[in-house]
Amino acid sequence: MNKRKLEEAFFKALMLLSTSIVVGGLLAVFAVVILKGAPALSFSMLTQTPKGGYYLGKEGGILNAIIGSLYLAIGATALAFLLSLPIALYLNEYAGKSRFASFTRLSLDVLWGIPSIVYGAFAFIIMLYVGARASLLWGIITVTIFVFPIMTRAIDEVMKMSPFKLREASYALGSTRLETALKVVTRQTLPGMLTAVLLAFGRGIGDAASVLLTAGYTDSVPRSLFDPVATLPLAVFFQLGTPIPEVQQRAYASGVVLLVLVLLLSIASRLSTRKFMKYVVK
Amino acid sequence: MFKPHISVRRLNVFYREHHVLKDITVDIPEKRITALIGPSGCGKTTLLKSLNRLTDLVDGVKVSGDVLVDGLNVFDNGADVTDIRKKMGLIAQMPNPLPMSIYDNIAYGPRIHGVKDGKELDQVVEHCLQAASLWNEVKERLKDPASKLSVGQQQRLCLARALAVQPECLLCDEPTSALDPISAQYIETQLLTLKKDYTIVFVTHVLRQARRLADYIMFLYLGELIEHGPAETVLTQPSNPRTRAYIEGVFG
Repeated sequence: MNKRKLEEAFFKALMLLSTSIVVGGLLAVFAVVILKGAPALSFSMLTQTPKGGYYLGKEGGILNAIIGSLYLAIGATALAFLLSLPIALYLNEYAGKSRFASFTRLSLDVLWGIPSIVYGAFAFIIMLYVGARASLLWGIITVTIFVFPIMTRAIDEVMKMSPFKLREASYALGSTRLETALKVVTRQTLPGMLTAVLLAFGRGIGDAASVLLTAGYTDSVPRSLFDPVATLPLAVFFQLGTPIPEVQQRAYASGVVLLVLVLLLSIASRLSTRKFMKYVVK
Repeated sequence: MFKPHISVRRLNVFYREHHVLKDITVDIPEKRITALIGPSGCGKTTLLKSLNRLTDLVDGVKVSGDVLVDGLNVFDNGADVTDIRKKMGLIAQMPNPLPMSIYDNIAYGPRIHGVKDGKELDQVVEHCLQAASLWNEVKERLKDPASKLSVGQQQRLCLARALAVQPECLLCDEPTSALDPISAQYIETQLLTLKKDYTIVFVTHVLRQARRLADYIMFLYLGELIEHGPAETVLTQPSNPRTRAYIEGVFG
């Protein structure tokens, strides 16, 4: 009896420890980035593009990277969703348990595991081949290729979990596969799809390697898809690489901006999920 | 004599190696309640789902034989499966509301079959909910999620939803087994009213329920159709010893 109680206490302590490592880690990252970055954070930093001498510690801001990152991540997430939704619907509503379906899932899992720098290099080679220059468009394309396997598999998993009885109910009323897919399955999996989209957005906005070679970097806000574009992760990277302490501090401030963006989005999604959950059948 | 509506001819169904239905030949009478009885796992549900080809959704299923509805073979290569299913409403064992509002659950069927007019949809929804005697309980909250209803209400919603596409037959797969006795009675009463307009096939393993509802009875055992006939005959003078044993409660 005593032994069982001891076991219980031991494993409970173990779980608490693991949880506190996770939460502690999160807080530590926040603390370091905010403590180092907050002093450099100012209104002008969020609203101005870099002026001459910004990278030597003079005035200006990272508006170019904030807008650039948003353009890029939103564009890539939207494009990836256009790819992911049909694939996930096909895998779940049409392909059944076919060999083709399991091969597609395997391929997506492999794509998921490929480091983003490899996608960057891959896109770069194609750009050289077609004679394209680094631009917002190519950044979006690269990030799309990089995040769509993540999004697709995440959507696929939620769709797999949605109950068979819903499909049966829909088919029994004489609906086609497409009607069942678009009107019932997407409806049921809406909250899960939103999570998948945000996961992809988070990965897309935070990645430096895939855009290093493909999106370029610029001090101005891009005015077309063919302009090069600055991104927050690269803003962190470049500023951290200078020997000037003020600029290094701004790197952390840029990190804070990136963190806050992702955080705001997560909170917004949590709130909106509740609305989308309304009709979901458990 | 009964007028046949659905004719099953030499129907065999396999799930991979498993021979689930063996050479079933039977006529299901029009505008009557036919009860499919037999112990669990005897193929009742499979037979029911063969009638509207929901068996198609199962991986590794093989079907041979014919199911004729109004003289058309359901398993014909050219058969329009959406049309067949529209004709045969299904009430499942567990209520399965769609992930949408009460109103949209009913309107879903008519909408996919081309009804666009809002007024017409309103009428269909009200009419079907009334036919399932659910209208008075939900008329104030048609926009609420269907999943918020009680299980008994959900099953009546499913009945209303099935009626909304104007089927000829209702296929009921133990529709009351998950319900409380009062909700179950509601459904039974509805079915007895509905049989004047619909051919009803009713799977049950509750013999008393078959006694209360059925005009015609089919007894399945291990995938074979052992006996079928008018309810009175099968229940009081079964000709096969296995039917008699089942009805007397020796097994099942």
